Amino acid sequence: MFPSRQAQLAVEGRDNGCSHPLKRLGRSIPNDVAEQGATEKPLTNTGITSIAGYLPRLRVARRVIADANKWANPALAAMAKGHRTSCTPDEDSLTMAVEASRSCLAAGSGAAPAVVQFASTTAPFADRANAVLLSEALTLPAQIRCADFGGFLGAGMTALIDALSSGQPTLTVAADRRSAKPASALEMTLGHGAAAVATGTQGLIAQLVATHATATDFVDHYRAAGAEIDYSLEERWVRDEGQMKILPSAILALLEQAGCTPGDIDHVVLSGIGQAAARNIAKVCGIAPERLVDPLDAGCGNTGTAHGLLMLSHALEQASPGKKILVANFAQGTQCILLETTDAIADWAAANPVAAQLENGCEDGNYTRFLAFNDQLEIDWGIRAERDNRTALSAFNRHRKTITGFIGGKCTACGTRQFPKGPACVNPDCRSFGTLEDEPFRDKIGRVKSFTEDWLAISPNPPLMYGNVAFDDGGVIMMEFTDFEPGELAVGTPVRFVFRIKDKDPKRRFHRYFWKAAPVNSAEAG
Amino acid sequence: MAKGIRDKVVILGMGCSQFGERWDCSAEDLLAESFLEAIGDAGIDRDQIEAAWFGLSMDEQNLGKSGLSASQSLRLPNIPVTRVENLCATGSEALRGAVYAVASGAVDIAMAIGVEKLKDTGYGGLPERSKGTFNELWQPSATAPGSFAQFASAYTARHGIEMDTLKEAMAHVSWKSHENGSKNPKAHLQRRISKEAILNAPMVAYPLGLFDCCGVSDGSACAIITTPEVARRLGRTGDLVSVKAVQLAVSNGSEMSHDSWDGSYARTTRIAAERAYREAGITDPLKQLDLVEVHDCFSITELVTMEDLGLSKPGEGFRDVLAGKFDADGEVACNIDGGLKCFGHPIGASGLRMVYECYQQLLNRAGDRQLNRPTHALTHNLGGFPNFNVCSVSVLGLLDT
Repeated sequence: MFPSRQAQLAVEGRDNGCSHPLKRLGRSIPNDVAEQGATEKPLTNTGITSIAGYLPRLRVARRVIADANKWANPALAAMAKGHRTSCTPDEDSLTMAVEASRSCLAAGSGAAPAVVQFASTTAPFADRANAVLLSEALTLPAQIRCADFGGFLGAGMTALIDALSSGQPTLTVAADRRSAKPASALEMTLGHGAAAVATGTQGLIAQLVATHATATDFVDHYRAAGAEIDYSLEERWVRDEGQMKILPSAILALLEQAGCTPGDIDHVVLSGIGQAAARNIAKVCGIAPERLVDPLDAGCGNTGTAHGLLMLSHALEQASPGKKILVANFAQGTQCILLETTDAIADWAAANPVAAQLENGCEDGNYTRFLAFNDQLEIDWGIRAERDNRTALSAFNRHRKTITGFIGGKCTACGTRQFPKGPACVNPDCRSFGTLEDEPFRDKIGRVKSFTEDWLAISPNPPLMYGNVAFDDGGVIMMEFTDFEPGELAVGTPVRFVFRIKDKDPKRRFHRYFWKAAPVNSAEAG
Repeated sequence: MAKGIRDKVVILGMGCSQFGERWDCSAEDLLAESFLEAIGDAGIDRDQIEAAWFGLSMDEQNLGKSGLSASQSLRLPNIPVTRVENLCATGSEALRGAVYAVASGAVDIAMAIGVEKLKDTGYGGLPERSKGTFNELWQPSATAPGSFAQFASAYTARHGIEMDTLKEAMAHVSWKSHENGSKNPKAHLQRRISKEAILNAPMVAYPLGLFDCCGVSDGSACAIITTPEVARRLGRTGDLVSVKAVQLAVSNGSEMSHDSWDGSYARTTRIAAERAYREAGITDPLKQLDLVEVHDCFSITELVTMEDLGLSKPGEGFRDVLAGKFDADGEVACNIDGGLKCFGHPIGASGLRMVYECYQQLLNRAGDRQLNRPTHALTHNLGGFPNFNVCSVSVLGLLDT
C-alpha cells in the first residue's frame, strides 16, 4: 500500500542522517518525547469507512462578544474576527454526537458498528453511559460494546486510535460543548461541535498508515473535577514551552515510523493549538504551510475533544485518492494518526459536509441570549418555570424505543403509520388490536400542518415553537420545532427530525431527550 | 331503543357566583355563593337534594380530589357526591351526571355544581400540570393558547385566506365579547375595548394576542335538576327550562395520530353537535337556536366552532363573524353573557355558567342583555387541545317547544 519509492527515500534520508528537519534547523530532538512515544504497527487494511462533522446551527460573531465586553477587556477587539458555533439550550455533546453519527453512518458502506465510543469532556452524564444512549438513539442493536472516553481533550483522538488499532467495525464520536468565562479569550476561541468516524476493514475511504501517541503532563489548561470552566495558562508559554517542544518531535517520529518524509504528506491536521503555533510547527517540521488543513477558526472555533476529528472530516470531504493525511492533536502529549485515502474516496460523498455547515449557520447577534444559552446568565422565567420536571424513569424504560429511538407503529392490517404506538391501530376505519409493528420515524421527512410561536410556554429559548407535523409517508405528530427562528415556519414547511434535549430537571440534574422537527435542506425535502 | 334525554328533566333552579379574581374567597365560599342562589331560585331546602355531581378540574391547585369538599363546605346531608373531571367540559359533565340521575328515576332532585379557584397559583394563565408520565416524555411543553393558536395556521392554509384577514375576524370575536360582557354584572371583565387595542396587544402565542385569550377566573355555578312533574308538584309555575340534549364526544387519537384531520376544525365538536341536534330534534340549528354559549377559550376557537356547529359553512366563519352574524343583534347571538373571554373561565364551573346564561335568557331574566323571547339555546365546551379533547354540546329550551 505504501509507495515504495517514498519509503525508500525515507530510509535513505534516515541513513544519511541529515534530512531530519529538526536536525537541519540545528535543534536536537527531545529524547524523552521522541523516543518514548507509543507507536503502533497498524493492522493491515484497517481504516476509515466514513466520517462526518456536526456544527450547531447557531453562530455568534466574535465582534458581538468583543463589543459587549469592551468595557471589561478592550483587548478582545484584536480577536473580533469571524464566528464561533454555539449550542442552543436543547443541544449538548450527546445530541451533537447523534447528528454527527447519523451523517457518518448514512454516508458509509462499511460494516455495522460492533463498538460505539463516545468521547467528550462535557458529557451530559458522569455515570450513565453516554455511548449507550447514543447507540439507542441510533437504534443500533444491543449486542454491541459501548465505551465513554473523557478526562482530557485528547480523548477523541485516543478513542479513534483505539478503534483503528483494533480493526473491529467501530463508531467513534467526539463532541464538546465547553463554556468559558465572559470576556475571556477562550469565549472567543471556543466553538461547539462534534465529529463521528466509522472505522473497520471494509469499504475504506482512508487506510491507516501509522499511529503515534505521547504522554506529557504539560498543563496548558485544566478543568478541575466538577468545575464548569477551564483555567488557562499564558498562551505564549503554552506555545513556546509546550506545543513547540512536544508536537514537532511526535510528528516526525510518526513519519519516521511510517517511512515518510514531511514532503510526502498532502494534508496536515494540527488540532489543539492556535494558528500561529501551527504555522511554526509546520515550518519546523518542513511542512509547507498550504498543506495545513483549515483549523475552522473563522466559522467554528475550537471544538475541544472533537476538533481533530472534525478537521479530519473537513479534509477527507475534499480529498482525492492517494493522499496522505496526518492528524496530530496536542493534549497532555500528542495523539497522531497517519492515513492515506483510497480510490474509494472518489465515490464517497459526505451526507452533510463541514464546508456546507459552515455556510449554513444562523447568526445570532444577541450576547445576552448567548450567555443565557450557556447557563451564564440566569433569566427570570417566572413562577411557571418552577414546575417539577421529574422523569418517571420506569415509564421511560418501558417506552425507551419510542422516546430514544423515535420508533412508532405500522398496522399490519391496514398499513397505517402512527406515532406513538398504542395497543390498537389509530385509523378510524381499522382500530385493530395487536396489529402494530415497529416503524422507525427518525429518518422520515415531514411537513408542517399547523404551528405556533408560544411566548407563554416555558422554554429556555422562547418562543417555544411546536405544531402538528405530517410525515410524508403517513402519520402525524404534535411536536416541538428546533433550529427555527420566529417567522420561519409556515404550513407546508418541510422538516427533518433531530435528537434534542426535551426537558431539564434542574432539581435532580437530569435531562431527558426526544426528537424535534428541524429545517431540512432543499435536497432532502424532495 | 333509547330515545335520549329530551324534555325528561328540567332545571328547577340555578345560581352563579360573581366571576373574577376573587382574592377574598376560597373555593368553599364560591361554592356557597352559587349554591345559595340556586336553592333559593329552586325554592327548596338543601335536604331535598338526593345526589350531587361536583365539577372541579384542577384538584392540584384547588380543593383536592373526591366529592368531599363540596359535601363539607355545603354541609350536605350525607348524600352521594361524585366529583367529576373532564378538562374544560367538567361543569357540563356535572350537569350530565345530575340529568341522567333524575332521568333514570333514581332520584327526584339532583344537583350539579362546579367550582374553580384558579387565582391561587401565583401567576397568570392556567396552572402548570402534568400530562402523564409517558406523555411528558414526548409531547410538546405546550400551553392552551399555543395549542388552540394552531387552529389559525391550519385554517388559513385550508381555506386559502390571509392571516391578517383572520386576525381581523378574531378581533371582532373578542370585541363582541367585551361589548356583551359590559352588560353583565357578574362578568370578570366588564370593560369595552376597541378592535385596534385587540389587534395591537402583545403576542401570547402566534397569532393569538393577549385579547384573543379568555380570562382565568375564580367562580362557581350550580344547577338543581328535577323532572317536570316534580317541578310542578313543588309549585313551580310558568315556563320551565328543559334539557333537550346532553352530548359528549371524546377524541380517540385520530386527530393526534392519523392523517384524516387537518387541524382547521374540532372534529369532536362536529360529532357532539350532530348527536345533540338529533337528540334535541334540531334540524336547522341556524333557524332553531336563538343563542349559543360556546367555548371561546380563544377567539379562534369561537370562530371555528361557528362552523363546527353548522352555524357557518366551512371556510365562511370568518366572513360571518365580520358581518356581525353572531353579535348580540345578529342572527344567532353567541356568548351574549361575554363568554369565557369576559364572563371568565373557572374551569369546573364554566359549562354550568353557560347553562346559567341560557336559563336566564330562556326565562327572560337576563337584564340589559336580554334577547327577544328565545326558546332554544346551546352550550358547548371544548376541553384539552384541538388534537386531543373532550367536547360537550348541550341543548336547552323551554319545555314543550
